[in-house]
Amino acid sequence: MSDLGISRPKGQPLPKPPFFKRFFDSTLISVGIYAVIVGLIAYVAYTGAQGMGYNWQWYRVPQFLYRNTEVGFEWGEIPIGLVATIKLSVTAFILAMVIGLLVALLRLSDLVIGSAVAVGFLELIRNIPLLVLLYLFYYVLGPIFGFDRYTASILTLAVFHSALISEIFRAGINAVPTGQWEAAKSIGMSPSQTYRYIILPQSVRFMLPPMTGEVVHLIKSSAIVSVIAVAELTTFGRNIISDTYMSFEIWFTIALVYLVVTLILSIGVSHLEKKYAVDQ
Amino acid sequence: MNQATPMIEVTNLDKYYGAFHALKNIDLTVHQGEKVVICGPSGSGKSTLIRCFNGLEWHNSGRLVIDGIEVYDGAKEIRELRQEVGMVFQQFNLFPHLTVLENLTIGPMKVRGISKAQAEETARNYLERVHIPEQADKYPAQLSGGQQQRVAIARSLCMETRIMLFDEPTSALDPEMINEVLDVMVELADTGMTMVVVTHEMGFARKVADTMVFMEAGQIVEVSPPEQFFTNPSSERCRLFLDQILAH
Repeated sequence: MSDLGISRPKGQPLPKPPFFKRFFDSTLISVGIYAVIVGLIAYVAYTGAQGMGYNWQWYRVPQFLYRNTEVGFEWGEIPIGLVATIKLSVTAFILAMVIGLLVALLRLSDLVIGSAVAVGFLELIRNIPLLVLLYLFYYVLGPIFGFDRYTASILTLAVFHSALISEIFRAGINAVPTGQWEAAKSIGMSPSQTYRYIILPQSVRFMLPPMTGEVVHLIKSSAIVSVIAVAELTTFGRNIISDTYMSFEIWFTIALVYLVVTLILSIGVSHLEKKYAVDQ
Repeated sequence: MNQATPMIEVTNLDKYYGAFHALKNIDLTVHQGEKVVICGPSGSGKSTLIRCFNGLEWHNSGRLVIDGIEVYDGAKEIRELRQEVGMVFQQFNLFPHLTVLENLTIGPMKVRGISKAQAEETARNYLERVHIPEQADKYPAQLSGGQQQRVAIARSLCMETRIMLFDEPTSALDPEMINEVLDVMVELADTGMTMVVVTHEMGFARKVADTMVFMEAGQIVEVSPPEQFFTNPSSERCRLFLDQILAH
């Protein structure tokens, strides 16, 4: 029992890990390294801008956030653009969830044709760039079916993300043990009852983390619809810059707004995850 | 107990998994109220056979009639049949996201369309019968293995089943919890329930079985009453098997 080929006297402390390992494993050092890298990036950006003689005008930015005019308080272009982005993303995400669930159920069904259709859809969508998909919806399908640029962008985002979401659904559904299916069957539940009452409620906790990632991804990729001039955050940013030529300030601000929104979302969902974890 | 009414009739049943012949020419009749215990080495087809009885597996040829309903892949009555035939699994398979009470009421409410109040009353009755009425509001993960298996038994009973199938109900349990589950099963047997039990618990078998079945390599080798089965089995294979599992 005692002899595992290690010759170490009983009761002696384990040898300390090497100095370099301890050095790099400490939190303080990690934070330090991180701060140095971020500082360097900021410094390079700043000196680069100085070098090209960029005229910083941060004082002109707040007017695009809010204004106090003679008629009273009003929101600036950036918050209005943010609300438009959120509306667009939420609509596209709900539609993507519906399509994604249908594709996942088709793929998991016993029908050979069902899974063939689902796989065909997935491969098609996954292998077309988002920008090309947007052009297809706007310039080709739009005129054919008579929908406007706003509908085209919602459909593009929904279809593109439904492919990834369907894989999240499929993985979440498959993560529920087969014994759950058998138990539900053995009390006489139909497949749809089994999904609704037994399988999907249990897959939620498997799906939450990747689904959050997907929402963040969707909010970010919604910026692409600015190329067909749909009113949202990035489009408003472009418009402001074409009026003011403050490209550095405005793009930094826009990037920060996206960052804040997606961070808030991630933090909110990680709380939700803890809640679901307790119930199990 | 009316011994004349057959509840399960198996005739010439064969089942394949691809090229593997899992069940070979099975013939078996289980009457109303009869307790049948099936034993045999692993891989002999015991579980597969009882999983055919509620359509979790489908046989490839032969006939299987349960409570007057012919069972086959695509049978319309299969969901009605599953409501009559309860199944208790080795791994319990309770619904982990539902409380004990919800585990018991979801079937009656969603499948049979019984009101919540009535379903809960029935559920509490059955929890009383399996001796854990105080655990109704807990989640399965908060219970011991033995308690979980008793909840699983109660869940099947809540569907007002006429036949209960047990697939190695005590194999996944810690030794000190086996008896609490077996006691519940003995009490259930005393109510006159028709039971088919796959188990190696020979003490339980002696106590409740009307008929012992020994299976090996997909075939039924021996069907006999317990007195004869344990003292003077007709087949040599069955005798060897019993020697092995009763040796210690």
